[in-house]
Amino acid sequence: MPQIAVLTKLTDLANPTRFLGLASRILPWMAGITAILFAIGLYLSFAGEGDYQQGMTVRIMYVHVPAAWLSMMCYSVMAASAIGTLVWRHPLADVSHKAAAPLGAAFTLIALATGSLWGKPMWGTWWVWDARLTSVFVLFLMYLGLIALNRAMDDPGKAARVSSVLILVGFVNIPIIKFSVEWWNTLHQPASVIRMGGSTIDSTFLWPLLMMAIAFTMLFFTLHIAAMRNEIWRRRVSAQRRMAARMAGQKTDNTVEKGA
Amino acid sequence: MTHGFYIAMSYGIAALISLCLITWVWLDGRARSKELAELEASGIRRRSAPKPEGEKA
Repeated sequence: MPQIAVLTKLTDLANPTRFLGLASRILPWMAGITAILFAIGLYLSFAGEGDYQQGMTVRIMYVHVPAAWLSMMCYSVMAASAIGTLVWRHPLADVSHKAAAPLGAAFTLIALATGSLWGKPMWGTWWVWDARLTSVFVLFLMYLGLIALNRAMDDPGKAARVSSVLILVGFVNIPIIKFSVEWWNTLHQPASVIRMGGSTIDSTFLWPLLMMAIAFTMLFFTLHIAAMRNEIWRRRVSAQRRMAARMAGQKTDNTVEKGA
Repeated sequence: MTHGFYIAMSYGIAALISLCLITWVWLDGRARSKELAELEASGIRRRSAPKPEGEKA
């Protein structure tokens, strides 16, 4: 039964020790593949021609759009992990959303900064408070809030449950970001790649964009697995320090009893 | 400012943030790994951790 075999494999990964073993095996490969994909993506980005209207500034799209997609994908991964924490109490679920939050904040910051740098020559302004830009800025603030919340609580279990609720409530912002350009009048252009009726971008620009999107996605998953491994190690260090403190306390008690 | 400036700034900022992220994750991993190795060297191990060769049997 292949389904049972897949389920068994997934259940095996719920064990942090098995996850660490897998991470140490696949991380070098993932890092290598990410570097190769970025090399190809950057070559295609700079080898291509400029747009007839935007000129060479179309190249900003190859970093802006993948970063914007990842800012939403990262939050979706965190929402799935939050469900894993609240419903199944999966041992790696809270590790996953805690590790993903700084990555999501970084990709959202890239999207905001490059969007602003694209907006100035194309729109004539660095920033407008339209629905798309504002909802992405709110997403950035939510990432910062979740990072602060996780660091403010000493008990990782309690922090994970509180963060999970907040992540799931905040997930309402993801469809708002996606459809903001259709629901409201915005300076930001409507969707041109992921849309009903297919992409409206010429293949000259689509291929470098897709290659850079795959490279950024691989970078995210590589860093996410590495950050999850770090978080498991951090929790083990805390647990072992507590164990060391207990052992030291027991030794002191025994010495006092012998002295008395 | 020319279009080249905006393109260079966009790629520069994206590269800087990505490199900071990669360096932070790598340094964090190295520090945690070192802490775990120090704790295990001082004899503090998890109960489920495999025992060293000398302590088996």
